[in-house]
Amino acid sequence: MVKRIPVGAHYGLRDWLAQRVTAIVMAVYSVLMMLIVLIERPSNYGTWKALFSHQWFRLASLLFALSLFWHAWIGVRDILMDYVKSTAVRLALQILVILALVAYALWSVQILWSIQ
Amino acid sequence: MALPTRKFDAVVVGAGGAGLRAALQLSEAGLKVAVLSKVFPTRSHTVAAQGGIGASLGNMGEDSWLWHMYDTIKGSDYLGDQDAIEFLCRQAPQAVYELEHYGMPFDRNEDGTVYQRPFGGHSRNFGESPVQRSVCAADRTGHAMLHTLYQRNVRANTLFFVEWMALDLMMDETGQVHGVTAMEMETGEVWRFHARATLFATGGAGRIYSASTNAFINTGDGLGMAARAGIPLEDMEFWQFHPTGVAGAGVLITEGVRGEGGYLLNKDGERFMERYAPTMKDLASRDVVSRAMATEIKEGRGCGKDADHILLKLDHIGLEKIETKLPGIREIAKKFANVDPVKDPIPVVPTCHYQMGGIPTNYHGEVVVPRDGNNASVVPGFFAAGECACASVHGANRLGTNSLTDLLVFGKASADRLIQFLKENPGHKDLPKDAGDYSQSRLARLEGQTGGESVFEVGADMRRTMQAHCGVFRFPDMLDAGVKKIREVAERATRTEIKDKSRTFNTARIEALELDNLIEVARSTMVSAQARQESRGAHDRADYPKRDDVTWLKHTLWYKDSDRLEYKSVNLKPLTAESFEPKVRSY
Amino acid sequence: MKFRIYRYDPEKDTKPTMKEYDVALEPTDRMLLDALVRIKSMDDSLSLRRSCREGVCGSDAMNINGKNGLACITKLADLKEPVELRPLPGLPVIRDLIVDMSQFFKQYHSIKPYLQNAEPAPEKERLQSPTDRLELDGLYECILCACCSTSCPSFWWNPDKFVGPAGLLAAYRFIADSRDQATNDRLDDLEDPYRLFRCHSIMNCVDVCPKGLNPTRAIGKIKEIMIKRMV
Repeated sequence: MVKRIPVGAHYGLRDWLAQRVTAIVMAVYSVLMMLIVLIERPSNYGTWKALFSHQWFRLASLLFALSLFWHAWIGVRDILMDYVKSTAVRLALQILVILALVAYALWSVQILWSIQ
Repeated sequence: MALPTRKFDAVVVGAGGAGLRAALQLSEAGLKVAVLSKVFPTRSHTVAAQGGIGASLGNMGEDSWLWHMYDTIKGSDYLGDQDAIEFLCRQAPQAVYELEHYGMPFDRNEDGTVYQRPFGGHSRNFGESPVQRSVCAADRTGHAMLHTLYQRNVRANTLFFVEWMALDLMMDETGQVHGVTAMEMETGEVWRFHARATLFATGGAGRIYSASTNAFINTGDGLGMAARAGIPLEDMEFWQFHPTGVAGAGVLITEGVRGEGGYLLNKDGERFMERYAPTMKDLASRDVVSRAMATEIKEGRGCGKDADHILLKLDHIGLEKIETKLPGIREIAKKFANVDPVKDPIPVVPTCHYQMGGIPTNYHGEVVVPRDGNNASVVPGFFAAGECACASVHGANRLGTNSLTDLLVFGKASADRLIQFLKENPGHKDLPKDAGDYSQSRLARLEGQTGGESVFEVGADMRRTMQAHCGVFRFPDMLDAGVKKIREVAERATRTEIKDKSRTFNTARIEALELDNLIEVARSTMVSAQARQESRGAHDRADYPKRDDVTWLKHTLWYKDSDRLEYKSVNLKPLTAESFEPKVRSY
Repeated sequence: MKFRIYRYDPEKDTKPTMKEYDVALEPTDRMLLDALVRIKSMDDSLSLRRSCREGVCGSDAMNINGKNGLACITKLADLKEPVELRPLPGLPVIRDLIVDMSQFFKQYHSIKPYLQNAEPAPEKERLQSPTDRLELDGLYECILCACCSTSCPSFWWNPDKFVGPAGLLAAYRFIADSRDQATNDRLDDLEDPYRLFRCHSIMNCVDVCPKGLNPTRAIGKIKEIMIKRMV
């Protein structure tokens, strides 16, 4: 017996593309970070703090964090889609993940802009 | 106990090329049709056809249906019915265009038209020189065609009963057919399919021989059912041995290899076909090439340490052509012959390939039997198309590519005639009271059999007998002994026993039922061959090496009851063309 | 040669077992299917599907020593003993090596696997350049054996929603066909987190395809066209 299942949510490509774009952002940031560590060699709290006091670096870090959360959202949602078969439970878990990620994002802003 | 019954306008048995083409026609006409198939439709044996579909499109130079008709008649060694052959050749281009419109991925020419390759026995201007007439999809034409037809049926919402095996015809005392009984393989349940018209497209029975290019499912189920219902089988002595089956494995190597420039060599490295067929050489018709190969082997010029095969050389046509036009062949040669044809020749032997005979029909696909002095009295409600039918377009030897043409043209034509029959005969007639009883008694016999014969062993003995006694060359003493032997085997086949009595997907039971069908085909072949005292097309007798048009220009009809034989005349009168009188056949 | 074969008869067995066979093979038994036919001649209760025995019909797909393949073109000489045979994973088992393929075919049917062209058909063939025809190579050769889809974890988890590699290969076969006019509808139908985008390029499908086809590449091409359409 074959069950009838509604499909056709039309956000497949958007998310698939987003996952790739966010991956590129994270890769670029990681390379940048490595270069900084190699060239600037920040070795103590002071030098790290100086680095993070640049507005452009804060923005870059925020972009990285947001990319990470977005990327994670799609990845975690994919896992939930594969393994959690009950729609109610899946929806609940997805909302939890979204709330957590939004909280993380706000927290990231708070951390980044708390450095003076 | 009465069997459960379902009613349909029409039931089609078999979902290969002919069955699917017919089903499409019927579904698109809005009829309630059941298509029964032992296997999922795309697993039918049409899938294994390689070389192409013959049609005089004239895409590669001048061609005409009349030349195609001449080639087919000559190929048939004049045993083909010329009305049916004219119909086939005239309808062929349209059939190909339709298939193209359905989405068939044909190979193409630079100008966007469909590419055509040369093929055995196809010539321009009545035998002058080879012509390019075979449309193809690389060397997977049958696969592409079967999938395309299945896909079109998906579009038409055709109702398939997949993995249902038809068991017997339901015929009333007037001889009208009212459907079939069939078993659902998954559950073992038997149903009656009560239909106003029944179309058989059950394919061939190449599995009666040990060495065969045919699939396991080619067990002549339609022929067995027809024979048991008292319908004769026509021209069963004519079996095509394809020149190039992989030695030992039996897997087919398309004639397209020779069409694209490959040729055969004996152990001396001689291109021996030049001796046998100076004009067409390796592209002579299949019976001629197979016989030449068998002669070379018989006279000690075979290759290999046992001098038992011939080599098919194609390395000279180059890697690029092999990769684009014959990729499947390279795959098969590597897997089944352990050679890469880009470098080395493929060992081949003539291998049983195609059944020219079958259920007698006219060119509308109506089953016809002799009755009350009429040679071709129509069996009401019963149609057949494809390899199981004998229209007869292939006569004593089929031309390469004409099998697929046959499936398309007669698949459609028989469905069209069936639609007309339904219009003229509205409403279901009542089933005969005993409809289905025969199938039940056969099944009960099989269930209850004790101390019986093994299906596998009886089948193996049948195949060995056919192979040894009724092969490429036929000898009178071997045929006489063969008839005796095959009757013994047939007698044992009435006592087959299966150990597994379960109901769920019991393939042992299916194989036993298939053997019941095979054995009728084997018997009809041997008996018909023993009786025909001449050599014609694929039937070659050592004691009668010549064709005898005075006595034997006639079709054999074999009846199951006491192996009775009757004969009927060949139709030498085409629909519109001039008749092609039999003449000496040379290539 | 030694074999361990998955056996399950729903009428008798409450759960499947692995049955051992030790068979004396003949020199003519070269492929796994030859051995299975020989085993069946001794034990007629062993059930499997088979037909063409040359790798074009797609009947005898099974899991051979842990990897999906066709028995008829798997050489016995290449197999490690005991040869372990199981039904294709991820589909309901009907009996022994026979699985219920409805879900697989349902997905194939769901992509509308037929040419769609609303224009009246010409008198002769529709023209197609050899270059356009070349686009179909590597796509139309699929034999629907289900080796790919049943080796795909994404198909295992969502067989009812994910089209699977075989179906997507077929979808791209029609998207790639210069004669087909339904590309937009086809893309709309696949533009879904489940139907197409469950594919995570695991590439098991490519690894097992007995015809050497590459569904992952076809899936990539579909995504490429979707992006072209979007941006």
